[in-house]
Amino acid sequence: MSPNIPLLDIQDLTASINDIKILKKLNLQVYKGEIHAIMGPNGSGKSTFSKVLAGHPAYNVLSGDIILKGQSILEVEPEDRSHLGLFLAFQYPIEIPGVSNEDFLRIAYNSKMKFENKTEVDPIEFFTIIHEKLEIIDMDPIFLSRNVNEGFSGGEKKRNEILQLALLDSDVAILDETDSGLDIDALKIISTGINKLMTENKAIILITHYQRLLDYVKPDYIHVMQNGKIVKTGAAELAQELELKGYEWLNSTN
Amino acid sequence: MYVFNYFIKFMANQSNKNINNTLTKLVNQPYKYGFSTKIDIDTIEKGLNENVIKLISEKKNEPVFMLNFRLKAYRKWKNMRTPTWAHLKFPTIDYDDIRYYSAPKMKKKLNSLDEVDPELLKTFGKLGISLTEQKRLTNVAVDVVFDSVSVATTFQEELKKYGIIFCSISEAIQEHPKLVEKFLGSVVPIGDNYFSALNSAVFTDGSFCYIPKGVHCPLDLSTYFRINDQKSGQFERTLIIAEENSQVSYLEGCTAPQYDDNQLHAAIVELIALDNASIKYSTVQNWYAGNTKGKGGIFNFVTKRGLCIGQNSKISWTQVETGSSITWKYPSCTLIGENSQGEFYSVALTNNYQQADTGSKMIHIGKNTKSRIVSKGISAGNSKNSYRGLVNVLYQAVGSRNYSQCDSLLIGNNSNANTYPIISVQNSTTKIEHEASISKIGEEQIFYFLQRGISIEKAIELMISGFCRDVFTELPLEFAAEADKLLSLKLEGSVG
Repeated sequence: MSPNIPLLDIQDLTASINDIKILKKLNLQVYKGEIHAIMGPNGSGKSTFSKVLAGHPAYNVLSGDIILKGQSILEVEPEDRSHLGLFLAFQYPIEIPGVSNEDFLRIAYNSKMKFENKTEVDPIEFFTIIHEKLEIIDMDPIFLSRNVNEGFSGGEKKRNEILQLALLDSDVAILDETDSGLDIDALKIISTGINKLMTENKAIILITHYQRLLDYVKPDYIHVMQNGKIVKTGAAELAQELELKGYEWLNSTN
Repeated sequence: MYVFNYFIKFMANQSNKNINNTLTKLVNQPYKYGFSTKIDIDTIEKGLNENVIKLISEKKNEPVFMLNFRLKAYRKWKNMRTPTWAHLKFPTIDYDDIRYYSAPKMKKKLNSLDEVDPELLKTFGKLGISLTEQKRLTNVAVDVVFDSVSVATTFQEELKKYGIIFCSISEAIQEHPKLVEKFLGSVVPIGDNYFSALNSAVFTDGSFCYIPKGVHCPLDLSTYFRINDQKSGQFERTLIIAEENSQVSYLEGCTAPQYDDNQLHAAIVELIALDNASIKYSTVQNWYAGNTKGKGGIFNFVTKRGLCIGQNSKISWTQVETGSSITWKYPSCTLIGENSQGEFYSVALTNNYQQADTGSKMIHIGKNTKSRIVSKGISAGNSKNSYRGLVNVLYQAVGSRNYSQCDSLLIGNNSNANTYPIISVQNSTTKIEHEASISKIGEEQIFYFLQRGISIEKAIELMISGFCRDVFTELPLEFAAEADKLLSLKLEGSVG
């Protein structure tokens, strides 16, 4: 892939849920090695944006395109978007009773292996792989034997999301409010983990309300989303300015 | 059809041909065992009256006590009515439109499998039943019931070495009439209920198993039932007796071919455990469930009951119920012997327009008796799935314990789950625990799997398998794998 082509190219994306337009001609280009932060008031469409990218069936894309590594993924099933390297860390990771985290992670990993025509791993081989990943986010192996997210604290759930990102080694990660509900220590650990996973071949989109995550994970760009589109883009300093002045400030300057 | 809607929306959204194709394939997946075998059949006219019963008894060359047993049952049945208390809706059954006897025509008594009609063997092949060495290797002896008459029994010789009798009930009536006369109807009395009376009157075959004192049966005994002749109701009768200090594990698997007419199935299973004896009875039931519109399918009215008559005896029922359009079934234990134990582990899955009303009864009579009920109901499509249970601890059953757990899982917005547990305790030294839960497989859970690259089929399989784990671990190993597969296969139709 030519370095000039964005890893993720979102063109005039318009999407709705229950016939209500949420995204309105949204544009965003994300290149390799970049970290983008998307900020914005509640209800501006940030979470919708992340779910539309991942192909959530409740949302309808009305017009525009999503191009991942040069290929339109509008027609691609959610599981294949995942295989192609798109990862969404959920704002509220859902509990899955009866399915152990370890099985879940292994099956997710093997699904990707299968998609890439690589050999699937058995539980013993997987044990080695997952233990390396656990270290990245300093996670207790005990979480592997528990059911997916069941009874996890808010912080543990978020950590589990980053563990999955590490395991699937996705090229484009969208982290939807991964910092919300975290205490300072957990925030540091998760941020360190994110930084370890970031390479020059990958890209991260952080959706956040707060400056504090951006103190640890330094974004290259900050976008402000309002009413379903990006209304302002700036460098890291924009976040601090927003923190001080609030989103209302944008409306007065625009 | 929640998951289905999910797909529809998804398709509308994505207009993705691949999904469309997969979906069509899944929905149109035919019933795997829906074929019928062309074999000359020896039948009698449709309808039920005393002459028909005499004819059945005569055709089977039965001793007079059997004829009396049947006639007594028939007379009771005549005065009974179809029970209506179950949460089931089905059309009135015309008992005069049923043929009560049909046997594959055989010219002479067969000594080995080589002599069996090749058409018949082919059918068994399609069902994946091997009667030959494969079963010996997998440690299973098979007594195959084809319609009403057992045509082949393997491993009898080997079991004989241990003094174990494992044969068709018809054969037992001929060869071991005293045992049959003593125990038949001793657990499920002739007039116990409408369907048991019917079965007692007209049953044509089934299995018989006798484990002598001190013998631990070296094989899992297994029976495959199969309904073949289109209009023949199948009324099997199974009787298992475990003498003092003996042990046996029995597997029952069912598949039936696809027909549009409903087929009636009213079986009785009686288990008797004497002092320190243990019986484990496992069922995977996959009769034809009708089509996606609710047309056709088996009506399955089964009376299964175990009698823990001896001290420290134990009876354990495990069932995976996935087939039949109507299921009416309550495997129960009567705990008479001191310290005796009853167990019931159940997974009941209903899809499309299937209806299941199933559960268990634990009757505590002896001191310090224990029982355990673990029931998992899964309802998908437009189906109805009810758990009905009774834990009855009598005044003399001091120091008894019961633990019950009833979990329901809903898939979609049109399925229905009900729980009717009744607990009655007549002494103050008994401990009872009851847990119940209801949950639903939701769109967000499925999306979570999809986002991690796991297909919808696999996602549902994993969640169902997790939900049923407590029951599957109770199944014999070879059944456990089969059950897992069967459930996902069954749900593929609903996911689509």
